[in-house]
Amino acid sequence: MAVLQLKSHQFRQEREADWRRLSFLLEKVEERGPKSLTDDQLLAIPVLYRSALSSLSVARATSLDQSLVDYLEGLCARAYFVVYGARPRIGQRIAGYFTQGWSARVRSIWKETLVSAAITILAAVVGFMMVAQNPDWFYAMVPADMAGDRGPTASAASLRATLYDTADTEELSAFAAELFSHNAQISLFAFALGFAFCVPTAMLLMSNGVLLGAMIQVFAAKGLGLEFAGWLMIHGVTELLAIILAGAAGFKIGLAVAFPGERTRLDAAAEAGRASGAVMAGVVIMLLLAGLLEGLGRQMITSDAVRYAIGIGSGVIWLAYFYLPRPRGLAPGREEAR
Amino acid sequence: MTVYDPAERAEASLRRSLVTPEGVDLNLRIGDAGQRVGAFVIDWLIQIVALALFAWFCGSVLAAVGMKKVYHVYIIWLLGSFLLRNAWFIGFELSPRAATIGKRIMGLRVAARDGGRLTAEAVVTRNIMREIEFAAPITLLLVGAFTGGTEGMTYLFVAIWTGIFLFFPLFNKDRLRAGDLVAGTWVVRTPKRVLLPDLAAAGAHANSRFAFTDKQLQAYGVKELHVLEQVLRTRDRKTMAAVAMRIRRKIDWQAGPDEGDGEFLDAYYAALRARLEHRMLFGHRRKDKFDKA
Repeated sequence: MAVLQLKSHQFRQEREADWRRLSFLLEKVEERGPKSLTDDQLLAIPVLYRSALSSLSVARATSLDQSLVDYLEGLCARAYFVVYGARPRIGQRIAGYFTQGWSARVRSIWKETLVSAAITILAAVVGFMMVAQNPDWFYAMVPADMAGDRGPTASAASLRATLYDTADTEELSAFAAELFSHNAQISLFAFALGFAFCVPTAMLLMSNGVLLGAMIQVFAAKGLGLEFAGWLMIHGVTELLAIILAGAAGFKIGLAVAFPGERTRLDAAAEAGRASGAVMAGVVIMLLLAGLLEGLGRQMITSDAVRYAIGIGSGVIWLAYFYLPRPRGLAPGREEAR
Repeated sequence: MTVYDPAERAEASLRRSLVTPEGVDLNLRIGDAGQRVGAFVIDWLIQIVALALFAWFCGSVLAAVGMKKVYHVYIIWLLGSFLLRNAWFIGFELSPRAATIGKRIMGLRVAARDGGRLTAEAVVTRNIMREIEFAAPITLLLVGAFTGGTEGMTYLFVAIWTGIFLFFPLFNKDRLRAGDLVAGTWVVRTPKRVLLPDLAAAGAHANSRFAFTDKQLQAYGVKELHVLEQVLRTRDRKTMAAVAMRIRRKIDWQAGPDEGDGEFLDAYYAALRARLEHRMLFGHRRKDKFDKA
């Protein structure tokens, strides 16, 4: 009896070289990116991918070699992600994000932003009034390590010193870095907690607002209100805006989960998530900027006028960047098309 | 179709169909809970080690430069750890392989649920959500445990509240984290597989000594063939002996004087596969030995 050769074995022998070539190319893309391929190799991938797919179909129908079918499934899935998951170059994406994508996303959640800002302001007013009535509230609202020597019992002179003293900048910049990391974590939280039907986000925004109001009251009571505002503004405008935006992004998700409308809850959440994720990436950048302003500017710039100029200026720049209508490029951002 | 094997049913519950534009179902397998946890623990440990090394590095560099103030180290360490904590996952998942080191080791990758591109927003979103899923419950639990009184209780309650998210993947069939859900992603298995040698090639050479009758080849179906393939690929001597004995008894095969179990199984595998594939080409796919087709 002659050596029996299975059709499936023959089939495999004929195509094996192509599969191995595809696997080799995929590995190269995955390890070193598409740039590491020559033009010929780049063009070969889709062709090899389609032939591997057809091999998979044939193998499923004719071969009972389990490992072969598994191998081809894995190979095709990897190739699929390379062929159809291809994205524009990272540089282009980043440029597109800053010129169009980010502000478009921020504009798209303007309603939530208003609500989030209203909550913060309202909470600040409440915090202010409560501390004005009974200074003991201050200790309930402001964590002790954050308050430092600032408090209702501190003298006007020592409060003034915290605003204008430049003696130990080193310690203060450490404090600033700590604050940045704290605030960034808070805003990430405010966003992520929106998923739990908005309630925790609103609470976080409130506690942040109350804290702000309490601090303002303490300084205002000693006649240092305007000076404190100037001191806070340098970085505070950027930082507050970032936290408000983070809260708004959280609301967006929470609302989508709670009231999905005609879509399924999952789809609604995913759609809201994509929009607000883009906002959040920017929020982290804003917080970094705020941290820089805080670390560099707060203790070095002691003139009230300059402080106000920086604070108001940064506010105007941010609002203009987000909300001013801008000329569309020739190709409207791919982000918006989706 | 009744699936009687629990292992097979578990496997089937992890399969998801993803039809490519070419019309072929890729039959993706999603990562199960164990693999996901494994991947995360690996990433987490790497991060901790990296943070420790980073802190040590900062300290020694600054000491060497001569800046004695601890604040510098502290600031750099703080910003560095923030960056590492948030950029680790995002950075790796934006790469062409869409997987962190832990996921690579476990053979996982992140993919868009709708089969389209994995966008940067999706990656950012799914990783920011990690804050409440993992960091929040754990931190609050620790804080709550060390804070007494009503405040401690509040922390514990919040920990339980956020703990829902920690176990979220266990409560849905796609093993979605809250972050996956919001970002529209999921985690699938795309392990790098090696193309194993074709067992039929080994069996075909031995075939001349083994002539099986049609009746002897009718004993089994596709399922048994795949089990036999497993046995032959593992090549554990004891199992092979046991399997060979079972098959010989079932098909009434008289072993020759110097016939090895391996040879016999190779030959039987090749012959059985030839027959089943032949029948399959004519439209009869015999599922298992109970299938009368």
